[in-house]
Amino acid sequence: MAMPAEERSAKSDSVLEVRGLSIEFRTPTGSVHALRHIDFDIPRGSVVGLVGESGSGKSTLALAIMGLMPGNAVLRDGSIRFGDIDLRSLRPAALRALRGDRISMVFQDPMTSLNPVRSIGDQMTDIQYRNGTSMPDKRRKAADMLRKVGIPDPERQLDRYPHEFSGGMRQRIVIAMGILEQPELLIADEPTTALDVTMEAQIVQLLRQLRGEVNTSILFISHNLGLIAELCDFVVVLYAGEVVEQGSVRDIFHRPKHPYTQALLECDPVRIEEVRRELPTIPGDVPNLLKAPAGCVFAPRCPKMFDPCAIQHPADYETSPGHVARCHLLGALPS
Amino acid sequence: MSVQPSEALVTAPLSAPGTFSRAFRRLRGDPLGMLGLILVLLMVFCAIAGPSIAPFDPFKIRVTERFTPPSLPHVFGTDNIGRDVFSRVLVGSRIALTVGGLSIAISLVIGLVLGLCAGYGPRWLDNFLLLVFDSVYSFPTVILGLTVMTLLGPSMTNLILVVVVVQTPAYARLIRTATLSIKGSEYILAIRSLGASPARVLFVHILPNIIGPLFIIASMDIPAVITLEAGLTYLGMGIPPPAPSWGRILLDGFDNIRDAPWIVVAGGIPLIVTTLGFTFFGESLRDLMDPRLRRNL
Repeated sequence: MAMPAEERSAKSDSVLEVRGLSIEFRTPTGSVHALRHIDFDIPRGSVVGLVGESGSGKSTLALAIMGLMPGNAVLRDGSIRFGDIDLRSLRPAALRALRGDRISMVFQDPMTSLNPVRSIGDQMTDIQYRNGTSMPDKRRKAADMLRKVGIPDPERQLDRYPHEFSGGMRQRIVIAMGILEQPELLIADEPTTALDVTMEAQIVQLLRQLRGEVNTSILFISHNLGLIAELCDFVVVLYAGEVVEQGSVRDIFHRPKHPYTQALLECDPVRIEEVRRELPTIPGDVPNLLKAPAGCVFAPRCPKMFDPCAIQHPADYETSPGHVARCHLLGALPS
Repeated sequence: MSVQPSEALVTAPLSAPGTFSRAFRRLRGDPLGMLGLILVLLMVFCAIAGPSIAPFDPFKIRVTERFTPPSLPHVFGTDNIGRDVFSRVLVGSRIALTVGGLSIAISLVIGLVLGLCAGYGPRWLDNFLLLVFDSVYSFPTVILGLTVMTLLGPSMTNLILVVVVVQTPAYARLIRTATLSIKGSEYILAIRSLGASPARVLFVHILPNIIGPLFIIASMDIPAVITLEAGLTYLGMGIPPPAPSWGRILLDGFDNIRDAPWIVVAGGIPLIVTTLGFTFFGESLRDLMDPRLRRNL
């Protein structure tokens, strides 16, 4: 049974509601339909994982929420609601007032996401420009936050420059900057991809701990299924600009319904039991989004493809409360 | 940490702590750079203290002493109306450096604002400003200078105006390019994601990243402007007489080259010294500040 998005949304208090969001990139060869009819919620206080392979639109979605899309991107359709604010209708100045205060973002590479010529303290006191507190207060608040993310001797570190810190430390600083104003929503765009495995575990541990302390909802973007399983409450699976499946972590990892999710889980190196020379992959390529396919986006690569897949776009089927997959197979099953 | 992509991205963050003292320490190991620094400091000293340390009044006419060859009281000799050439050269350094420094500083400030606007602003503004820059930039400098000076009359203000008109688009273009390359970097996106306003992004975050290399380029442009000033004055379209501009000294010298060849030499030496000084200093400063050109730390 398909269920309209509006009914699902009314159920719980959400920090973020994305409805029917479509984004195109204008290029010399035509419009690239990067995101098509995205629906998902971030319930207050939860961590939502966004998984997908490279080019599936994960970062585009994050930047669209922040209102920081590149110049050639067009928000074609849909709405993004943050609490009771419609982000799409907000003027730039009003949107800027939200950023860093109620929504903030942590980027992928900590080596490039700090300004190299300004000290950590300067950058952290800058963010507090709205507070109207005195400079010593701002520095104290910055130092407290650095201590919270596990940076030793924070008062001294405020006068140091980004190049004096290691990658892991920098990512901690970036996270500290992100949660400095205790935002309601933190978007973490692959925050551990540029770090080694030990640092990755520490950063995930840190995010989990902060989530309890600061009560921030997190949109955690990653292609690392292990991290998603460890950290998140809900998972949204993105494929070629469409949400193909979403549900609770338990549903996605134990009862995946969409063939793409199933294939993705089978490819996770951690799950491989038998040692082979080659890692498992999903054969085929991501479709060219200059012209979105009429049928299911995953059909060309799908092992379970059957007649309607190539012609008709599948509807969303809710297999259990909150667990939705977009696949014809679910409609074909006797309900 | 061995690899730092952020440092490769921005060439010379001037405001990083200890940059100046570190640069000075490295400069001591570079004899040409040190020579440049000494020559520049010498020029600045002459410009400031010139009138008070000049042995003679540079305007005082002593017809009886005309064309005295270089000797002890008159180190560079005297000219056709008996003025002491050494004193005129000393006092002339103030004119040269005022025109050079002031016009470069003004064009730097205007170029900075325009370049930042073009690089960070909307596409139409960028296109419009680029059109203006390129149109102005395509004028031949000396012809423009001669035209303006003929129309408005020769004076120092008009000379500075000409240099500002010619130099501003050059700086604005450089700054626009640097702004564009930094604008796309992740930390600018990160700063914007934390709620920084466009003005803040431009002046607090982008400007310190691009200003360092620009200062060096500007310092290397100063001798070119001084030469332009001397050239226009030589053509009779620069600083009006009797001010002791180096170009004026050269002009007087060429008129009397058969009787007193030392005047031309005396007018040419400071031009050469200034050009060499600023060029050596700028070159070595650039080498020292740019991590990619830095040979040894």
